[in-house]
Amino acid sequence: MIVKRIIPCLDVKEGKVVKGTNFVGLRELGDPVEMASAYSKAGADEIIFLDISATNEGRQTMVDIVKSTAENVFVPFTVGGGVRTIDDVTRLLKAGADKVGMNSAAVANPELIAESSARFGAQCIVVAIDAKRFDDGWHVMTHGGSKDSGIDAIEWAKTVEQKGAGEILLTSVDTDGVKDGFDIALTKAIVDTVRIPVIASGGCGKPEHFPEVFEKTDVSAALAASIFHENTFSIKEVKDRCTLQGVNIREA
Amino acid sequence: MIAIVDYGMGNVASVSTAFKRLGYEVVLTDNVGELEKASHIILPGVGSFQAAVKEISERGLKEPLQRLAKEKPFLGICLGMQLLFTEGYEGGTSQGLNLIPGTVEKIKTPYLLPHIGWNGLHIQPGHPAFDPFQDKHVYFVHSFEARTEKEYLVASTEYGSDIPAIVQKDKVYGIQFHPEKSGEVGVGILKAFLQEVK
Repeated sequence: MIVKRIIPCLDVKEGKVVKGTNFVGLRELGDPVEMASAYSKAGADEIIFLDISATNEGRQTMVDIVKSTAENVFVPFTVGGGVRTIDDVTRLLKAGADKVGMNSAAVANPELIAESSARFGAQCIVVAIDAKRFDDGWHVMTHGGSKDSGIDAIEWAKTVEQKGAGEILLTSVDTDGVKDGFDIALTKAIVDTVRIPVIASGGCGKPEHFPEVFEKTDVSAALAASIFHENTFSIKEVKDRCTLQGVNIREA
Repeated sequence: MIAIVDYGMGNVASVSTAFKRLGYEVVLTDNVGELEKASHIILPGVGSFQAAVKEISERGLKEPLQRLAKEKPFLGICLGMQLLFTEGYEGGTSQGLNLIPGTVEKIKTPYLLPHIGWNGLHIQPGHPAFDPFQDKHVYFVHSFEARTEKEYLVASTEYGSDIPAIVQKDKVYGIQFHPEKSGEVGVGILKAFLQEVK
């Protein structure tokens, strides 16, 4: 049976992996291709690059990183961040990305999902949803989680599926950076609504948080960034913890 | 020299790198002369069955591929594996290369489609070269599956039903998953193919 996936995420700015939140106090961690390669050898089931470059040069550099990753990394990888048009999707897929993630641009223009999916297949289109809890439910947030679109996240997840997304990368703005575990309520609400795989993101602070989200929801994959960086925890520690708690995973 | 058929269906960089890593020289080509000179032919592919059949026909590759598959080791990967069969129903009915009897149909499963992710291999008895990969996980991305006779089945995977993962008839092999995206296990399986088929 298909296994639960453990996905490290690398934030890339102007060609370097960085660590830090809300674009302040960013610290360079290393070379994206080297880090992706190390994670894949350590047992990562997939890699996600999030390009947070602010410049066109930075985004062009990302295309070179994608090319080099395709030649050096032997697990699937997704690239998101700054994807606004079908030309951006085309450029990244042609460079060798397995999947492309889109976020704010899809909220502004849902047809971007439909066009990309029709042209390249649902399997390579990932829609990232950043959600935040309000009194009337979860809202879709855009622009790095800072702007309230007013759109209901559950309704948006349905739309995204219907437009042809192959996967949803769901980040809880509430738990992101808090390191106290994934947002179980949000994850469950979205997973139980759609018939496409969902990746849970935001809030992972220790290995135990992975089995927790897999036990309490039917989510397909879970993502973390900081806990894997600077060897705080290894992929193997996370997978061992999952195995111990009976979660079906791929041996690291 | 391994020839990878480059016919406009998906990125072939990763497939190419995987073989280079094993120490082989690789050429990406849609030229029949190059294919005739190659030691092995690899048919990759991502996309729809019908679109792929059209690309192959327009390049005049159908007959040469059918002929060369009888002469030298031939491996279809993902959509390339599906094209080995007689007939496919994705995007309408179209004829495949008919190198292995069977059809390509939508996966029957109660689970989510596409079938995306890492799933375990069940190697059939009688294929010792692939025994080391029993229960190992490999990376799948597909919504259609081959329906064929048990005699052509080398390995399957379980996703609500048994899906053919590796198939073989004579010198022709097909791999449904992406060995080039399946870490060390995937590279090992390509190596097993190269050593097994002469």
